This record gives sequence, C-alpha cells and structure tokens, in this order.
Amino acid sequence: MIVERLLEINDLHFSFLTYGGEVKAVRGISFQVKQGEKVALVGESGSGKSVTAQCILKLNPEPPGFLKKGSILFDGQNITEMNEKGMRKIRGHDIGMIFQDPLTSLNPTMKVGEQITEGLLSHHGFSRKNARKRAYEMLKMVGIADYEKRFKQYPYQFSGGMKQRVMIAIALIHSPRLLIADEPTTSLDVTIEAQILDLMDNLQQNLKTAIILITHDLGVVARLCERVLVIYGGKIVEAGDIDNIYYQAKHPYTWGLLKSIPRLDHQKSKKLGSIEGTPPDLFEPPAGCPFAARCQYAMRVCYQEEPAFFPITAGHQVACWLLHPDAPESAKSTNLGVF
Amino acid sequence: MFKYLMKRFVISILTLFVLITVVWILVRLVPGDPFIGEKVTPQIKLNMIRYYGFDQPLYRQYLIYLRNLLKGDLGYSLKYRNVTVNKILADSFPYSASLGIRSLLFALVGGILLGTTAAFNRGRFLDYFCIIIAIIGVSVPDFILGYLLQFVFGIRLKWLPVAQWQGIKYTILPVIGLGTYTLAMISRLMRTNMLEVLQQDYIKTAKSKGLSTLKIILKHQLRNAIIPVITVLGPTTAAILTGTFVIESIFSIPGMGKYYVTAVQNLDYSLILGMTIFYGFFLVVANAIVDLLYGIIDPRIRIY
Repeated sequence: MIVERLLEINDLHFSFLTYGGEVKAVRGISFQVKQGEKVALVGESGSGKSVTAQCILKLNPEPPGFLKKGSILFDGQNITEMNEKGMRKIRGHDIGMIFQDPLTSLNPTMKVGEQITEGLLSHHGFSRKNARKRAYEMLKMVGIADYEKRFKQYPYQFSGGMKQRVMIAIALIHSPRLLIADEPTTSLDVTIEAQILDLMDNLQQNLKTAIILITHDLGVVARLCERVLVIYGGKIVEAGDIDNIYYQAKHPYTWGLLKSIPRLDHQKSKKLGSIEGTPPDLFEPPAGCPFAARCQYAMRVCYQEEPAFFPITAGHQVACWLLHPDAPESAKSTNLGVF
Repeated sequence: MFKYLMKRFVISILTLFVLITVVWILVRLVPGDPFIGEKVTPQIKLNMIRYYGFDQPLYRQYLIYLRNLLKGDLGYSLKYRNVTVNKILADSFPYSASLGIRSLLFALVGGILLGTTAAFNRGRFLDYFCIIIAIIGVSVPDFILGYLLQFVFGIRLKWLPVAQWQGIKYTILPVIGLGTYTLAMISRLMRTNMLEVLQQDYIKTAKSKGLSTLKIILKHQLRNAIIPVITVLGPTTAAILTGTFVIESIFSIPGMGKYYVTAVQNLDYSLILGMTIFYGFFLVVANAIVDLLYGIIDPRIRIY
C-alpha cells in the first residue's frame, strides 16, 4: 500500500537546554510531504529549519536538545517514539541526508569508496563486491568520471563540488524515499551550485524521491521545488505552492526574503532589499507574531496575540494579522512591486 | 616512499652525529675527572689516565672515539672495571625493554579506553571518575606511586611480590608504576580529541547512514582522534623503553636506569656517551616510525 502522505509532522516543539536557559528552536511546526514531492524550508539562520530537518532523523544532539511536544510520522510510523535501533533502520535506508558543508562532511581519513559503501554493508548485507558495483553506479549517476579510480581516493583529493556529489551518492545509494538536503549548495560557488541543483532535479525525476530542501536562498528554491514553507522564529509563517509564494506572497517576512534576492533586470542604482533588525530571542520568544518587531506593518495586536495559521486559497496558508478583515487597508494593499 | 626513507635515514644519522659530538664535548666540560673519587696515589692515577688515553689531545680522543663507535665499540666503562659499555647495555636493556613494552601497552590501551569512556559520558559520573584518575596519574610522582603500590598490594594485601623481576607476577606492579603517568596523559588527550571529533560534520554523516554507535566510534572517531596521541608516543616510547631510574630502583629491576644515573655521578665518560647514544638512537627511530604512522592514519599528512 502506498501511503500518500510520506511524512507528517504535527505540532513539533524542539528545544535545547543551555546554561543560559531553554532555547526554543522549533515552536510548533506542522507540515506534510507527499510521495515524490519537492518541498523547501526557507528561512534565515537560526529560524529552526535545520533543527526541524534533523528531528526527522533524530540527529540533533540529545542532550542538550530535547523534544518537547509533537509527533513525526514517517510512512505511518511514529519516529518520535522510535528507539535508536529502529532509527538506524530508517537512517540512510528510507531517509537520506545531505549536509551543508561537503568539505567537512566526509571523513578525511577514510577512502571515499569505503564511505559510500559502508551503509550498504551494514544495512543490507551486501557483499563487498556488490556494494562496490552499486557504488560505481552511484558515482556514475552523480557525474563523477573515472569512478573506479575515484573510489579508492581520499576526500582531500576531491574538489568541493565533487565532495557534494559524493555526499549525494551516499545519501541516495539505498534509493531512499525521502532526501533531506540541508543547504546543499551554500558553501559552493554559483556555477557548481547550478550543477548540483540540476543533478538533484534529474535524480529526483528518475528515482521519484521526495525532497526536503532547506535553504535561505529563494533563488535556489525556484529551481527545484514545488512547495515552499517559510519558517521564522521556529514557526511556519507562510506555506504555499511555488507560484503562491513568488507571486502572491502575503507575509511581510516573505516579502522581505523576496526583496533580498539579487536580480539581473534591476537597475544598478536600486539597492538590494534587506530586512532590518535581528531574529527573535529564542530564550524568550515574543508572545505575538515572532516577526512583529521587524515588521514595518506591525499593529498592536501583532505584539500581543499570535496570528492564526489559516488558508487563504487552496494550498496557500499564512499566519499574519494583516489578512484579518479588520486590518487597515493601506497595509493590506502594500505589495512588493518587484514582480 | 624509498626516497623519503633514504632522506629520513641520512637526516637521522646527522642528528645522531650532532648528538654524539655535543654530549662528548659536554661531558668533558664537567669539572673533575672520572677518577676523582678513587683513593689512589697520584702515580696510579696518572697511569690510569694514560691507560684510557686521556692524556692525548682532545681532537685525537674524539676521533678515536668516533672510529671505535663506527665499529660498534662503545669502549670500556671507567667505573666498572673490565666491563665494556656494550656488555652493560646488552645485560640491562632486555629488562628495561620488557618492562617498557608492557608499560607502554598498559598505558596505550588503558589511556584510550579511559579517554574514550570519559568522552562518551561527558558530564556524567563516569567522566568525572576518568578525569580524577587522569589527574591523579599525572600529578602523583612515580616514586610515591611505586612505594604506594608496593605497600598496598605487596605488603598489606600480599597479592603480588614486592620487588624483583622473576616472572609475570612480578611485572604487574612496576608496569602500573611506570605506565600510569603515560596512561593519564593519553587518556586526557583522547578525551579532548574524541569530544572534538564528535562535533565534526562527518560524524553526523556517518550517523545519517544508519551506522551503529560502535561502528561510528571504531571507524570514524578513533582514527581521527588518535593522531595527537601518536605524536606524544614517539618520545615517550624512547624514554620508557630505555629504562627509568626511579621505578627500576624501587622494584630492584636490573635495568638501564640505575647505570644511567650512576654513570653521570661517576663521570663515567664512555658509559654516559654509550647510554646517550643508545637513547638517542631509540628516539630517532621512534620519531621516524611516528612520522610514517601519521601518513597511514591520515592520508592528508602523508609525507612520502
């Protein structure tokens, strides 16, 4: 039986206990990922997107991290209640993950081939020979030439882009049903970034793997994803299909993100937009909307009460008081003017 | 690889040559002479000086020493009559080496286990327990630890023999006495490095592949954490293998340590030089092995 909803996260709360107190990194995030769907989690540093992703594989260090509330259902199984042994079967096998920095994500003292195959050897009881064959296939698939030689080399003999290709090969070697890519192109230069994104797109079409792409770059999202979740201060503030987000964004934070993408068709004199201020203090998150303090349209209610997360059209949800019928017209009609 | 080894060999020979020359000059600069403690008439003393060739010009003495050294002859001891330095080394080194190798193994295995355990239980009871052992091990001097071991396990509990070197039972206390300091040092290094490696991204990668914790420790962590331990191991090995005065005296083990100290006290030129050259040789070899090991463990620092 194919479960339509591959991943279902309900009201996830995840915190870290530090000397300074409890850092509430994720404060009630809910979303679903369908089979083969490409979803982006977008937000600035510290918004909780990586922590959310790592909750899915239980990769957050615990302690100091701990799950406060919520559930994560993967393929109908509740991951939050699973023990280490059960998790080990899911990691790498059903869910693969690519990390932000390919330069440090490979063990420098182990041959690349060994790092690609060790998951196979421990999970599936592959023989060494078959595992190597499979690794060759993967290396070929991610576009590494001379893979038989490369298989025996060490990570320091690979360039950054090549390392990320290897990481993709590692993550996809079991043909997982979900691939989590945590800022896979942040530390790569722009041409390599385009190559890696194209590669992920091609692989996704061939393997029908669902992808959760974590990024702060809406330009990257546009290339790859179908649905976008905008995260701010540990909460989802806007969710929608890619067109909803790019053309009908309703949350001021999403406007800010869109304004901060450099564009070729802009005049030189036009300054690149930025969002003034800093993200909220996650030790003491604000009672109202987390973005209120930086929002130029903020009203009194924004500071006092949390806006509900409600749908405005099918597949487009926003948490913002501006969409309340009583909000002043002037703010509601404000739009970006960039598109 | 061969080229590197050759280069290394030449450098090692040069190092040893410099060591020999400097020590040769230094012992001659020490006030007094080897026979100062002997109660003999001036005439006999003169004869002895002539017999050992100390009346000749210094450069000649040096050249003669080097010539003999090339033949492998370290000369006669000036204190122990009619015994060559080669004989003293051949008699005493096996004891020191046997004690040394055991101590080294004890320190290495114990230190790595202790450090790793501590790192994995960071902030918990086991961690503090391991840290306390390490601090005690580093700070209690060997002459106190040695006597303490003798007193507790030898005299009070009567579990193990108090001294001497006559079988496996006799080795336990001196091995603990000699190895504890190194064990403590290694365990502290290991703990720090393991914790550092634990923060690395590739550990997260390994975990995301679904590997078991044991596999992650053995294949990913240990190898990356052990490099600084290898570094200290070079000089430590040389020092431990070539005898230690305190532990060998406490447990009456006929090793090299005693000879080294008395040779300096007696200004026994040839024995001091012989011992130093022997020790220097070990140090050079141990360091060369360490450099080769680096490359095997971490390909990025492969030098050949």
